[in-house]
Amino acid sequence: MSCLQKSPWIIHYDASSCNGCDIEVLACLTPLYDIERFGIINTGNPKHADIFVITGGVNEQNKVVVKNIYDQMPEPKVVVAVGICAASGGVFRECYNISGGVNTVIPVDVYVPGCAARPESIIDGIVTALSILEEKRIAMKKRQIGAVQ
Amino acid sequence: MDLIHIIYGLSFIVFGPLIGGIIAGLDRKMTARMQGRVGPPVLQPFYDIIKLFSKEKIAVIYSESFWVLAYLIFIVITGMLFFAGGDLLLVIFALTLAHVFLILGAFASSSPYAHIGAERELIQLMAIEPMVILTAVGMYQVTGSFFVTDILSHAGLLVLVLPGVFVGFVYVLTFKLRKSPFDLATSHHAHQELVKGLTTEFSGPTLGMYELAHLYEIVMLLGFVYIFFGMVPAIGILAVIIVYFLEIFIDNATTRITWQPALISAWIVTLVFGGLNLVALYLL
Repeated sequence: MSCLQKSPWIIHYDASSCNGCDIEVLACLTPLYDIERFGIINTGNPKHADIFVITGGVNEQNKVVVKNIYDQMPEPKVVVAVGICAASGGVFRECYNISGGVNTVIPVDVYVPGCAARPESIIDGIVTALSILEEKRIAMKKRQIGAVQ
Repeated sequence: MDLIHIIYGLSFIVFGPLIGGIIAGLDRKMTARMQGRVGPPVLQPFYDIIKLFSKEKIAVIYSESFWVLAYLIFIVITGMLFFAGGDLLLVIFALTLAHVFLILGAFASSSPYAHIGAERELIQLMAIEPMVILTAVGMYQVTGSFFVTDILSHAGLLVLVLPGVFVGFVYVLTFKLRKSPFDLATSHHAHQELVKGLTTEFSGPTLGMYELAHLYEIVMLLGFVYIFFGMVPAIGILAVIIVYFLEIFIDNATTRITWQPALISAWIVTLVFGGLNLVALYLL
């Protein structure tokens, strides 16, 4: 395991979620689940984060915000879409202002299903994201070496 | 200054972050246990720093990484001067200069959150500087020298003649270690208020340098606590452990306060504990 996998810092954003998934994300930080034992810190700052945990179906107003947060994160980075709204728009899919899932705005690496997603499945999703993060780190390193040569 | 002191100074470059990292790791573990959590591994600070150096470097303004590098270098120089038994006044001024570089780094970008953090860091410097200088003055009053080597070789425990200065120094240590209630400038727990304050705009290797400098700083500041007990090393180390445990306890037991009470309380403590102690020394 590389140090990147041992120290994934997350940023959590609520892209027009009903708050159900957000409460479950925050529940992961409580003593019962304690994601800090994996070295995970909820940073609240895209420039420090490795994993973008996003909930909700993304509406027209926060499309720009989601894109902005994603662009501000330094490589390597992964996106974890938490809850069914983040995956497809869920029950809000047909709403006039919902874009229908996070992947309509930014590329998503891991989908965590559920309404609301349970803390166990969120932790499982983030741990899955760690291996993708490692792949991206190696790919980034190869690109850098390639650029030098 | 003889060879052994130069070796002490140089070994700080290597052992400073190693010891500091383990202290910070134990700190996080103990904080987690106080909150009823399992907590991260003890080596977590090392994982964090190595990770940060492997990340992409994003900077709005490139000068900020230069300022943070200057901060790191000056913190290392400060610690080397201290552990080589150098002049306490020089140590204090170099430490202040290092923090000025950090503040300039935060002011380099136009981010409002970084600016709030930098302004609060300036206020913190104002709050703690008088007490830190009084510490050096108090030690000079007792031992007749500003050099750490002379202070350490002084017969008798300094803390017995400087109890007020010691209390004052431990009070401002909370600012320096960035612990509640004085984690105003940057904190892991102030998302809504500060985002990340002072370090908001630092990313990847720049943040790594900042974190590394903080490890050096922890060790150097605990060295300050140690010299109050310099005559008996066993008591000194015990005192450092107790003081750091108290800092962790206070960190977990209090909430962040606004800058006004932070500044005023620091000055009152400086005046009452530090000032009265020095007056008593002068009169007796």
